[in-house]
Amino acid sequence: MPIDKNIKILIVDDFSTMRRIIKNLLRDLGFTNTHEADDGNTALPMLKKGGFDFLVTDWNMPGMTGLELLQHVRADPELSHLPILMVTAEAKREQIITAAQAGVNGYIVKPFTAITLKEKIEKIFERIEAGSKSQ
Amino acid sequence: MSPADSNQQYLDAAQRLVECLQRGDTAEVERIVDEITHVRETALFRELGMLTRELHESLKAFKLDTRINELTEQEIPDARERLNYVITMTEQAANRTLTAIEDSMPAVGILSDGARTLKADWARFRARQMSAEEFRGLSKQVEEFLGHVEEQAGKVQGNLTEALMAQDFQDLTGQIIRRVINLVQEVEENLVQLVRISGGRIGTDEKREAADKRDGAKVKGEGPHIPGRGDDAQFVNGQDDVDDLLSSLGF
Repeated sequence: MPIDKNIKILIVDDFSTMRRIIKNLLRDLGFTNTHEADDGNTALPMLKKGGFDFLVTDWNMPGMTGLELLQHVRADPELSHLPILMVTAEAKREQIITAAQAGVNGYIVKPFTAITLKEKIEKIFERIEAGSKSQ
Repeated sequence: MSPADSNQQYLDAAQRLVECLQRGDTAEVERIVDEITHVRETALFRELGMLTRELHESLKAFKLDTRINELTEQEIPDARERLNYVITMTEQAANRTLTAIEDSMPAVGILSDGARTLKADWARFRARQMSAEEFRGLSKQVEEFLGHVEEQAGKVQGNLTEALMAQDFQDLTGQIIRRVINLVQEVEENLVQLVRISGGRIGTDEKREAADKRDGAKVKGEGPHIPGRGDDAQFVNGQDDVDDLLSSLGF
């Protein structure tokens, strides 16, 4: 089944240029329903209001980091199933393992390409699709 | 004072100290201990004074660099503000470039849509499947399309130039960052010197390692990895490495 292009996506990054780049790349892939937040503290209330289907977040941000946001989302029964893609310059093996253990669905290191973003998003939704079928 | 000088002073004092201790001359012992402490403190304070002076001079030189001021046409009083300025400039450049790209995308879309329609009609004309009436319509469309091409291509060209020009920040930010690196390096060298004379030689490396391990337990964000610092093994090398690592974890 093709991915629903109308899904509501939240992009969280402290640099507006990076949010803009991700937003443009997502639009190229057909996703136009995108929203933005500049750190975890801004993002979490938006997510709690509901309606978001996908979260793309940076790691290193002032206020609440992407990892903390990930942990908050996974701990919230209302949000715990939200697919999360981390797009970050954090490239330590230890950090990637930590993010994986915290329940991230995909991990992209900056600098990245449009193709990588496309592949990871497709892979995440394929897995969700497969998971919901097997239940 | 050279290290050899202070060494000689320490040696003299130590010899006298041993003699006094053997004699049981407590007052003289106290005095000699004070003397030794004084030798040590003098060196420490001289170094501290030099460091302060160098830092002051560096900061002064930093502020008075008129060339950067000319280039940026702004008064930037210290290193922190300069770095903030780098952030602002790079952000502006990125936004200028992105605006140029966003503005070009619909223009290119118009051209490719128009070409696709015309190509189909033209194929019908070549296959002689078109009436004279239809052909007149096609010829009008071709004329309109050529007008669009000229207009939109001009727009894209202007945007490309704008995107090109937006990269001019690199020259300026490069210079600013290099200056800050030099300042930081100078301060670091002087601080290392200060630590060395204040007797922090023993156990520093072990302590640092332990502190690193403690910090590691929290797994904080560290920003982009800068290759070639000798810690490359801790970092993944590109997206393929990330994918391998995640699949080894059962992802």
